[in-house]
Amino acid sequence: MTIEHLVNLAYIISAVLFVFGLKLLTSQSTAKKGNLMSAVGMFIAVVMTLLIKDIIDYKWLTVGIIVGGIIGAFAARLVVMTQMPQMVALFNGFGGMASLLVGWAAYRVMYNFDLFTATTIFIAVLIGGVTFSGSIVAWGKLATVISGRPILFPGQTVLNSILFIGTLVAGGILLMDAPISPVMLVTIILLSLILGVMAVVPIGGADMPVVISLLNSYSGIAGCAAGLAIQNNILIVAGALVGASGIILTNVMCKAMNRSLSNVLFGGFGASTVQQEGGPEGEVKPISAEDAYFILEAADSVVFVPGYGMAVAQAQHAVHELERILEENGRDVKYAIHPVAGRMPGHMNVLLAEANVSYDKLVEIDDINRIIEEVDVCVVIGANDVVNPAARETKGSPIYGMPVINVDKSKTVIVLKRSMAAGFAGIENNLFYKENTRMLFGDAKSSLEALVAEFKKK
Amino acid sequence: MDIAVCRSSCLICMSMVLVLAIFLGFEIISKVPARLHTPLMSGSNAISGIALVGAVMVAGSAESNLNIILGTLAVIFATINVVGGYLVTDRMLGMFKRGKEGGGK
Repeated sequence: MTIEHLVNLAYIISAVLFVFGLKLLTSQSTAKKGNLMSAVGMFIAVVMTLLIKDIIDYKWLTVGIIVGGIIGAFAARLVVMTQMPQMVALFNGFGGMASLLVGWAAYRVMYNFDLFTATTIFIAVLIGGVTFSGSIVAWGKLATVISGRPILFPGQTVLNSILFIGTLVAGGILLMDAPISPVMLVTIILLSLILGVMAVVPIGGADMPVVISLLNSYSGIAGCAAGLAIQNNILIVAGALVGASGIILTNVMCKAMNRSLSNVLFGGFGASTVQQEGGPEGEVKPISAEDAYFILEAADSVVFVPGYGMAVAQAQHAVHELERILEENGRDVKYAIHPVAGRMPGHMNVLLAEANVSYDKLVEIDDINRIIEEVDVCVVIGANDVVNPAARETKGSPIYGMPVINVDKSKTVIVLKRSMAAGFAGIENNLFYKENTRMLFGDAKSSLEALVAEFKKK
Repeated sequence: MDIAVCRSSCLICMSMVLVLAIFLGFEIISKVPARLHTPLMSGSNAISGIALVGAVMVAGSAESNLNIILGTLAVIFATINVVGGYLVTDRMLGMFKRGKEGGGK
């Protein structure tokens, strides 16, 4: 048995560990073990690869692993939980960049031209580049380095189409041409980077959960293509696993918003404020923290509905504190989590977990809507579009048909909100004008802390 | 191609591996509770750092200066992805607790 056989056998073990790792990640009790398993799989794959006899120079790859390892470890340790979405986006972009570079290097040593390899190199470079620059833009939007609003300009679609066709043409030339035409490859790299930027720029901040899961899927596809290019099985398997799982997650996110993927990618959702015919009826009823205290005091069951505003105000610890006090006073407290609340899939769950909120208190949208009429008070914390009754009531609304948490059907709603500004989608929220809604204006964190203080005063 | 040492015996076999892996990916992730979407995403993100294996092959077998640079950069990027991805996922999962005293880790 040669070294190569041994390495490939180890790859099989790695692949099995990845599969089991992913499988275990889908359940709460086993997730930590699953992550560890998948990490062991990665470790085996990398260490065994070092044994391949073609690897003659360990100097630079050791430097690379040490530098990358230190940066990665520090970034992972230091990031605060509220910045998790942008960190995941950044890591993801780096994975795409790695595939691009592997594709590029593989192209340079491709002495015997063959169409299949050239095609896979093209795909690895193209998708790797799109993943990298797209993730960087997503990072910028999430970190609010650039505006979270969709950036649209006239002729955008035409320009993007030209760019895309141009990239395909360049790819075609690369495939037909002699095996060594570095200029063409560099052109493709540049085009792919521009394409990634252009693809994410028109997408709004609230659609980032979809974009991040899609880019995650892309990084898998890029890795897979790089694997086909250098004919390495573990890259193909792991890349395909990530590609497929990312697409499923993307699909889940789209369903949660009742929108198609193409609508998310090309819709420029939330670019303009949508005027609603008729306008909302009723009046806004602002209350003080003390009023809110009396409402909560009289309630038997309370449901918190967190949204992106909770993340911005870093109010998760204050919510947990209030939850604890309410529970001590014998109230039934739950959290209703909308699948696209926040800026990445499962954003709210992670934040609440950070604040030590027990995960069996978190209820998914369908389960809470089933019992919402029995709930005494719903406290909406920085959520807007995901609780907008227009999704049920207003046929012409852009979010019509999107599953929302029907807080307006509960007995009383307290909305914690900075001001009366419209939500991300720019849609007027009828909820604020409903008979049973009270508005507690101010920073979510301070409002919650004021409520906690009211309870403690007693 | 000198870096293609661990080559699969044929195109068809690679395509077979590819197709089956895609199906497997779809099968595994079919039912995930919403609360695990973030860890799942960041965990699978870490796996996409598998490009590290390709990067190691490139960096370790490079003969030209440009390829050494490309390979080393690829190793750096991929290692950040892998190490950061797994650690962040682990950190997130460590926060998920059931009940008051944080049992059921």
